[in-house]
Formats: sequence, structure tokens, C-alpha cells
Amino acid sequence: MAAKSEKFRTCPTTGFKIHGPAETLIQINAVTAIVFLLVGGIIGLALALTRWQAIHLLNDTLFYRLLSLHGIAMLVAWIIFFEMAILYFASAVVLSARLAVPWLGWLQYLLMLVGGAIVAVQILLGNADVMFTSYVPLQAHHLYYLGIILFAVGAILGCVVFFATVVAAKTEGAHTGYLPLVTFGAAAAAIIAIGTLSHGAIVFIPTWLWAAGLVPMMDVEVYRLIFWGFGHSSQQINVCAMVAVWYLLGTLTVGSVPLNEKVCRSAFVLYILFINIASEHHLLVDPGLSAAHKTWNTGYFMHLAVLASMIHAFSIPAAVEVALRKKGYTKGAFEWLKKAPWGNPGWSALVLSLIGFGFLGGITGVVYGTEQINIIAHNNLRIPGHFHATVVCGTTLAFMGITYYVLPLIFRREVAFPQLAKIQPYLFGIGMMVFSTAMMFAGGFGVSRRSWDMNGVESAFAVDFGPVVDIALAIMGIGALVGAIGGALYCVIAVATLLIGKKINA
Amino acid sequence: MSVTAPQPGFFDQPLHKEEKIWIALAFVWCIFITVAMPWWHIAGNQNSSSEFYKISGEHFSTIVDDFIAKNKTGEEAGIPVVSPPPGSDIFLRGQQWAWDPILDLKVNETYRLHLSSIDVLHGMSIHPINMNFEAVPGWDYVLTITPTTSGDFRIICNEFCGVDHHNMIGKIIVK
Ligand code: HEM
Ligand SMILES: [Cu+2]
Ligand SMILES: [Cu+2]
Repeated sequence: MAAKSEKFRTCPTTGFKIHGPAETLIQINAVTAIVFLLVGGIIGLALALTRWQAIHLLNDTLFYRLLSLHGIAMLVAWIIFFEMAILYFASAVVLSARLAVPWLGWLQYLLMLVGGAIVAVQILLGNADVMFTSYVPLQAHHLYYLGIILFAVGAILGCVVFFATVVAAKTEGAHTGYLPLVTFGAAAAAIIAIGTLSHGAIVFIPTWLWAAGLVPMMDVEVYRLIFWGFGHSSQQINVCAMVAVWYLLGTLTVGSVPLNEKVCRSAFVLYILFINIASEHHLLVDPGLSAAHKTWNTGYFMHLAVLASMIHAFSIPAAVEVALRKKGYTKGAFEWLKKAPWGNPGWSALVLSLIGFGFLGGITGVVYGTEQINIIAHNNLRIPGHFHATVVCGTTLAFMGITYYVLPLIFRREVAFPQLAKIQPYLFGIGMMVFSTAMMFAGGFGVSRRSWDMNGVESAFAVDFGPVVDIALAIMGIGALVGAIGGALYCVIAVATLLIGKKINA
Repeated sequence: MSVTAPQPGFFDQPLHKEEKIWIALAFVWCIFITVAMPWWHIAGNQNSSSEFYKISGEHFSTIVDDFIAKNKTGEEAGIPVVSPPPGSDIFLRGQQWAWDPILDLKVNETYRLHLSSIDVLHGMSIHPINMNFEAVPGWDYVLTITPTTSGDFRIICNEFCGVDHHNMIGKIIVK
């Protein structure tokens, strides 16, 4: 079946043939994602300025309510809407193919939007002060769970559209041969997503019915186990999507070629196979599972998923080094690094994302996920410190970097305020590194996460953490401020590009 | 290019030497940290416990009330202080938003601490030693503990449990 050719345009820069419906869906998912990022970012700053006890911006009710909303707006809405855009890009655009079943893509968008809106409204109404983890028996309004379910179903449909597009591209001959690495990585993300989101369904459907008063509550530990099969494994969607974006950014910024496709691809397969079991590290200090079980599972079955990250950690820097050396930057060991395009926000985002994710996020993740060390990390600020390094400094920054290419390629507009775009990744990346590090430092003293007042001054047994922690939290606040400025710049640049950016004529 | 199909036969392309060395080293390291987990479990003496039982909130509460009645030696801020004999089973109950009782323990003696919650999830974070365990409704989590330093310890709730979560702070005394 020949796709109608008038629905395609050819990108003058990349030569990709871009299918109209794919383009529209990428645009709308990406814009929605950025709106959520803006909202979540403003909230994030307010939260940080509350945890900075000297400022203590919000009151307790508002803090917990907005913390619930921040988790949802960021980890769920921003990240997953953007990933939908990536899935459509990595299939239809990269393969120069038609987007199969566009109406299903629209359904994906609608379900996610409606679901997300229901959740946000329920939280803002004060019906769901339960954090995004919504551990039973804390109960939210049943519509909250319904919203999550709709959102998840939407995301599953996005994965279905992705696979349908890949299959159509192959059967209709739009693409011949093996899948490009970026598409392969996106496919790994989509496979993990389907597994993960079905855990979400298993846990949220009974919880929804329970909140509606129709069935008894499920066991708390069962909830926690299955919830994290969803909540943690879905972080691996982010990792896969981010690594795929890293390869893409390497190619777009310096023209890098994967060193060894076999190795890169095998690493993605390792993610698919071994990441899920590791989710149990959220239950290391829980009853219900034996220590033998915990050590085996959180050992990622011989840490093979960690091996995958180690492989990418070599393969991406090595590929960009090779590409830059080919450009003639061969003096000494580091001329290539000096001459790298540091003023290109795609490049600086790639480098900072690699460092933030790998060194700050990845290493602390493996360490905190150890059976014994988890005892001194569980639920204190070490944990949000760790994941703001991974999913914020890593994934979010990588997505920001790719946006600077999506804007001209898909929205056909020149990036507005190019001078600001140059510094944006530095502000966001370095701000979030300071923020996460200071958080982890404070966590080392036992300052708990999700706490409006670590000192518990209204309790009979107030706690004093001492001046070192106060300073750490101040540094955390300053990092948050810098990061939030970087984040706001990103949103401003993206929106300004859409509104006033110079049109690129094909 | 990462956006074009790889050359046919890419699967047979040999690895560069550096890449081989890196992967080998990384693999050895992964095996090492994998082995280290059970090794630390056996060699170290600070593990999360594998002993737990299912128990209803009401049942746990009657046991705790009993325990308090038998061992009560005082009261602080309206919360009973108990001084149980060394080696015995001791109990800590979490509920919105307090921990009770206050445990008065002897240094270098071993106790079997039963931890649970009778409403929502709570988290037991012992300050200032920063040790953290979950208090889960429906589950009696048995931790064998030996306090090795004397002093006043706080139990900070570190699992979000409602609007007064940050004020849920209890106490352990070690003499
Ligand atoms: C300007 C950027 C950001 C700032 C300043 C910020 C700040 C914060 C703060 C202060 C907390 C509360 C920590 C606590 O007390 O437990 C928090 C929690 C959290 N943040 Fe962010 N954040 C930012 C961006 C993001 C992004 C981009 C994501 C996800 C992609 C994210 C995901 C989360 C999650 C999942 C939580 C945990 C919520 C919970 O405990 O339920 N944040 N953030
Ligand atoms: Cu509590
Ligand atoms: Cu609490």
C-alpha cells in the first residue's frame, strides 16, 4: 500500500522524508511535555526553597500537595510525553516512513492528556495528597487512579504505534536492512515500556476499584512490589530513550558513528533482560522478602544491566572522540575535546548529561541499591539526590539537547535567542549537579525526603541536625535556583522559537 | 551513523582492542560487586532482616498494649516509657502521627524489635545513626538489634504518612 506522497516532505538538512501526521504528533507531544516541564519546574523550585529551611517558602499542606504534583508533572507527564515524541521521531522520521495508524497516535495523545489532567486536578483539589507512589492504605479519590490508568493506556498505544510504524516501514519497503541504532534503542525503550506499563495496570486497576469502594485493599507489600515493577522499570524506559538520544546527539553534533553496532545493540538487549528484577531495591528494608531474594534480584542478576550502562559509557565518548579526530583535531590526547563544539547546546547537553547520569546518578544508584548500604540511604534525601542526577541531569538534559535539533527539523524554525541557548544546558546541568550532590550530602545525615520540616519543631521530640546540614540545604537551594533558571530558559527558548522563531523554508 | 541502517554483516565486525579491554574490566567489576552483596551479607553484621510475620493491626496493637502494661516505667510527653528486660521481644508501633512506646534499652544488650504500623505506611529512621526500615501495616517486621552506643535517639518517620508526617518523631533511650 503506497502512502500518499503529498503527506510527505523531505527535510533539506537530513534528507529524511517526514510524514505529515508523524510531524504533527511529534510537535504536539513535545509541546505538551514542555508545558508540564514548565509547571513542574516552577513547583520544583518552590519545593527546594521550602526544604531550604532558612526560607521555608510553602506551608505544610501546600508542600505535600505540590510535591505530589511535581512527581506526576515531571516523572510522568514531561518525561513520557516527550518519549512519545521520541518514539514517533525514531520510527517515522528516522526510517522516512509513514506513521502507521495515525488515529491511534491521536488516541494516545488524548488519553494521556485527559488522564494527566484528571490526575493534576485531583491533586490540586486536595483529593490526592499521596505522592506519585500512592502507597496504600493512604487513599486518593478514585478518579486519581483512573487518571493514571488512562495515561498509562495512552502510553501503551504510543508504543503500539511505534511498532506498527516500524513494521510498516519494513513491509512497505520505506526502510530496508537492519534498524538504525537510534530506532533500535527506542524499540528497547518501547519493549520495556510495555512490560512496565502492564505492571502499572496490574497495580492501579485493583487500587482504583478499592478507592471506589468495590474491592478490598491489596496487601501493602504486594502493592509496593508491583508498584515498583512499574515505577522503577519505567525509569529504564527513560534510560533507553536517553541513551538512544545520546547516540543521536553524537551523530547530529559531531557526526559520530557507533564504534561497534553489535556491542551497542547487545547493551540495549541487556537492559531489556535484566533491568526489571532490580526494581526490588525499593524493598530492601521492607518485610516480606528474604535477604537472599533481595540480594539476588538487586544484584541485577550479576549486575548485567549495569554492564550495559558501562558499555554505553565507553562507546559514546569513544565514538565522538573518533569523529572529532577525523575532523583533524589530533594534536595530543585532548585537542579533540578542546575543539569540540562547546557552544552548541546539543553538544554541551550531551556531555553534561553523560557526566550527570553516569558519575552522579549511576554510581550512587548502584551503591544505594546494595543490601546493606540501602539501610543508610532508604527514604532520606540521598534518594531524590540520586534520581535528580539520573532523570533530571541525565534524561531531562538529554531531551533538552535534542530539542535544539527538533525545533529546526520538525518545527522548521530557527532556534530563538541562540546566545541564551548556548548557556542554557550549562545552567541547568551544573545547577542540577550542585542540587543533587547537596541533597545526597544532607541525606547522609539522615535528613528524610518528603518532609516539610526535618526538625519536627511541633513534635515533642524535635531534632537538630546541626549547621552542616543547614549549609548543605542552602547549597541545594542555590543549585535548584540555578537549575530552575536553566530550565525556565529552555521553556522560554522553545516557546519563543515556536512563536517568533524565523521560519525555515524548505 | 546512528540514524542509518548498519552495514550488512555488522555483527561479525570485530571489537577494537580498547573496547574489548573495557568490557572485560567492566564485566569483572560487575561480577565482583555481585559477589560482594552476599559476601557483605555474611561478613558484615548489619543486614535487613529476613524474619517477618503477617499480623493484623488490631492483633499487633493488643500485643503492644500488653507489652506496655508489663514494662512501663514512666511517661514522657504523654507517651509511655518502657524498660524491657535484655534479650526480650520489644515492640514499636507506628500510627498517624506518633511512635509508641518510648523504648528504654541497655547498651550492648540484644533485643528482638517488632516493628509495625496500625494504619498507613510509616518509616522508622533512627537518628542520628541514620538507619532506616519500613513499618508496614499488616506485617510484623522483626529486627534483631544491639545498641552499641548510649544516648538519646530519635525515631523520625521517613515515609510520607499524611499532613503531620514531619511531626511523627519518637524516641529511644539507651543507657
Ligand atoms: C528545576 C528543576 C527541579 C527542581 C528544583 C526540583 C526540586 C525537587 C525537590 C526540592 C523535591 C523534593 C525532595 C523531597 O523533599 O523529597 C523534588 C522531588 C522530586 N522531583 Fe524534582 N526538581 C526539579 C526537576 C525535576 C525533574 C525534571 C524531574 C523528573 C523528570 C523531577 C522529579 C522529581 C521526583 C520524582 C520527585 C519525588 C517526588 C516524591 O518524593 O514523591 N524533578 N524535586
Ligand atoms: Cu509516619
Ligand atoms: Cu511519615
